[in-house]
Amino acid sequence: MKIKSQRDFFSGLMFVLIGVAFAWASTSYSFGSSARPGAAYFPFWLGVLLAILGSMVLFKALTIESEGGDPIGKIAWRPLLIIIGAIVMFGLALPRLGMVITLPLLITVSSLAGDEFHWKDALLNSVILTVGSWFIFIWGLNLIIPLWPAFITAGA
Amino acid sequence: MDLLNNLALGFSVAFTLQNLLYAFGGAMLGTLIGVLPGLGPVATIAMLLPSIYALDATPALIMLAGIYYGAQYGGSTTAILINVPGESSSVVTAIDGYQMARQGRAGAALAAAGLGSFFAGCVGTIVIAAFAPPLTELAFKFGPAEYFSLMVLGLIGAVVLASGSLVKAISMILLGLLMGQINTDVISGTPRFSFDIPELTDGIGFVVIAMGIFGFGEIIANLGQPAESREVFTKDVKGLWPTKQDFKEAWPSVLRGTALGSILGVLPGGGALLSSFAAYTLEKKLVKNPRVPFGKGAIQGVAGPEAANNAGAQTSFIPMLTLGIPPNAVMALMVGAMTIKGIQPGPQVMTSNPELFWGLIASMWVGNAMLVILNLPLIGIWIKLLTVPYRFLFPAIVTFCCIGTYTLNNNNFDVFMTAIFALVGYVFYKLSCEPAPLLLGFILGPMMEENLRRALLLSRGDWSTFMTRPLSAGLLIAAFLMVVVVMLPSIKNKREEAFQDAD
Repeated sequence: MKIKSQRDFFSGLMFVLIGVAFAWASTSYSFGSSARPGAAYFPFWLGVLLAILGSMVLFKALTIESEGGDPIGKIAWRPLLIIIGAIVMFGLALPRLGMVITLPLLITVSSLAGDEFHWKDALLNSVILTVGSWFIFIWGLNLIIPLWPAFITAGA
Repeated sequence: MDLLNNLALGFSVAFTLQNLLYAFGGAMLGTLIGVLPGLGPVATIAMLLPSIYALDATPALIMLAGIYYGAQYGGSTTAILINVPGESSSVVTAIDGYQMARQGRAGAALAAAGLGSFFAGCVGTIVIAAFAPPLTELAFKFGPAEYFSLMVLGLIGAVVLASGSLVKAISMILLGLLMGQINTDVISGTPRFSFDIPELTDGIGFVVIAMGIFGFGEIIANLGQPAESREVFTKDVKGLWPTKQDFKEAWPSVLRGTALGSILGVLPGGGALLSSFAAYTLEKKLVKNPRVPFGKGAIQGVAGPEAANNAGAQTSFIPMLTLGIPPNAVMALMVGAMTIKGIQPGPQVMTSNPELFWGLIASMWVGNAMLVILNLPLIGIWIKLLTVPYRFLFPAIVTFCCIGTYTLNNNNFDVFMTAIFALVGYVFYKLSCEPAPLLLGFILGPMMEENLRRALLLSRGDWSTFMTRPLSAGLLIAAFLMVVVVMLPSIKNKREEAFQDAD
C-alpha cells in the first residue's frame, strides 16, 4: 500500500482519530434513547459520522493517484514555534509584568519569525504599538488590562 | 407602505452622528484590510469582537458590517493595480482589471469597479429590506424539526459551492460541530469533554477559534512562504473617469452582475466569493464579441464580477438576519457578535430590536455611498499602504490578537487556548483543510443539537418526523440533491474546472 496523496492521508487520519475519540469519550455520559436523547446522543453519532467520512478520505488517499503525491511540503518550524511561543509568553507575562513590558517583548520576539529582523524596526514597532494599544484599549475602550508590572503597582 | 416606514426608521437610526461615525470607521477599516493581502475580514472581525463589549449593539454591528463590504472595495483596488487580490472575492477582478491597468486604463477599471459596486450595494440594500419581512414570517412557522433541517441545508450548502474536496469539507463541518459539543449539556447540565478544566465547561469561545485559526494560523502560513516581488502601477492612475464607450459596455454587465449576486448571496454558502465567480462565467458566455477579449482587459470582466460580489455581500445578510443562520464565516462572526450583545439571532430580532434591524440595513446603503465618494480620491493613499512591509504588519496583528483574547474574560486561559488553535490552524493549512466550514459548524453546533433533541422529544423518538413534516422534508431533500448534483461526474469536472480558472 502506497500513500497517493499525503495531505489527504493525514487529514483522513486526523478525522478518524478525532471522531473515534469523541465517540468513545461520549460513552461516559448518559446516552438516553431516541425519545429522550441524553448528553451523549448527539456527540456520539457526530463522532461516528466523522470517523466514517475520515476513512473515506483515507481510502481515497490510498487508491486514487494525485498529482505528484500531493506532498505536505516543508513545515515552517521557525515562524510556527516563534509565533506560538510569543503568544504563550504573552499569556504568562501580561498579568505579572503589565502591558508596558509585555508588549515590547511580544513584538520583538514575534518579529524574529520574519525573514528579516532589524533591531531598529522592532524597537520602532514596539514603541508605536505599545502606545497605540494603550490609546485604543485602555484610554479609548476602557478595558481592564494591567499596564504596569505587578511589583510596581503592589508597592505603590 | 410598511417598507417605506421601516426604511425611514432605519435611516433615522443610521443618520445619527454616532452611527455615521461607526459606519465610516468600519468601511475605512474594511477598505484598509481589503487592500492588505494576508489580512481578511474574518480575522479582522474576530480581532475586534472583544472590543465591542464596550459598544451598544447597533453601532457595533454597523461597524462590523462596514468592515465586510469595505473589504470588498479594498480587495478590488489591489487586484486591479498590482494583481494581488486583497480578498478571495476579487480574484476574478484581477484577471481583466490588472490587464486594463497595464494598458494605462487603471482609472477606468477602478471607476467601473467602484461605481458598479455602489449600484449593486444600493440594489442589495433594497432587496434585503423587501425580502426580510416575508422570510421572517415564514421563519415563525418553523418548529425544531424545520430548524434542524434548515441548518443541515445551510451547512451542506456552504460547502458544495466552495472549492476543494467535498468529503473533507463536510468532515470539517462535523469537526466544528463536535468542538461545539465541548460545553455543559443544556438539558441535563452535565459538563462534556471538559477534562475537568473549569474554563472548558462554558465551551471554547468562538473568538478564540477564529483568532487562532484565521489570525495566527494565517500569519504562520504567510511567513512560511517566500516573500514575493510586486509590480505597482501607481503612477499611471489618472483619468479616473471611464470613457463613454466604457460606460456603454459596462452598464449591462453591472445590471447582470447585480441580479446574479443578489440571488446567489441569499443561498447558503453564497456571498461575495461565489457571486463574483459566477458573474465572470456569465459575462464570458453572454458577451459574444467584446471590443477587448476577456483576459486581456475587458471592462465587462471587471464591472460584472465587482457588482456581483458587492450585491452578494449585501444579500448574504438575509439568512443571518431573518433566520439566525449564517451563510458564511463572516456572518457566523456577526451571529457571535449579536450573542455577545445579548441578542438572540433569529426571526424575532426584527420585532424585538427594530432599530437595530432597520438601522443596520440603512447603514449599509450609507456606508456604500461613503465608500464610493471617499475611495476614488483616496486610491493613492491605499496604494502607499501596500509599501508597508509585512515585517511591520504581522507583529501588529499578533499584538491586537493577543490583547483581544486576553480581554475576552480578562484571564490568560483564552490566550493559551488561542496558541493551541494557532497550531491547529497551521495544521489545517498544511493539510489543505478549508477552516471556514469548521467555524460554521462550531457556531451552529449547540443550536443544532438542541433542535434535534427537542424535535425527537416532541415526536417521541420517531426519526421520521424530519421527513413527514413537509417543510422539513423539503429542506432535507434540497440538501441531499445538492450533494448528489455536485457528485455527478459531469458537474464535478465543471466545478473543478471553474475553480482552476480562478487560480
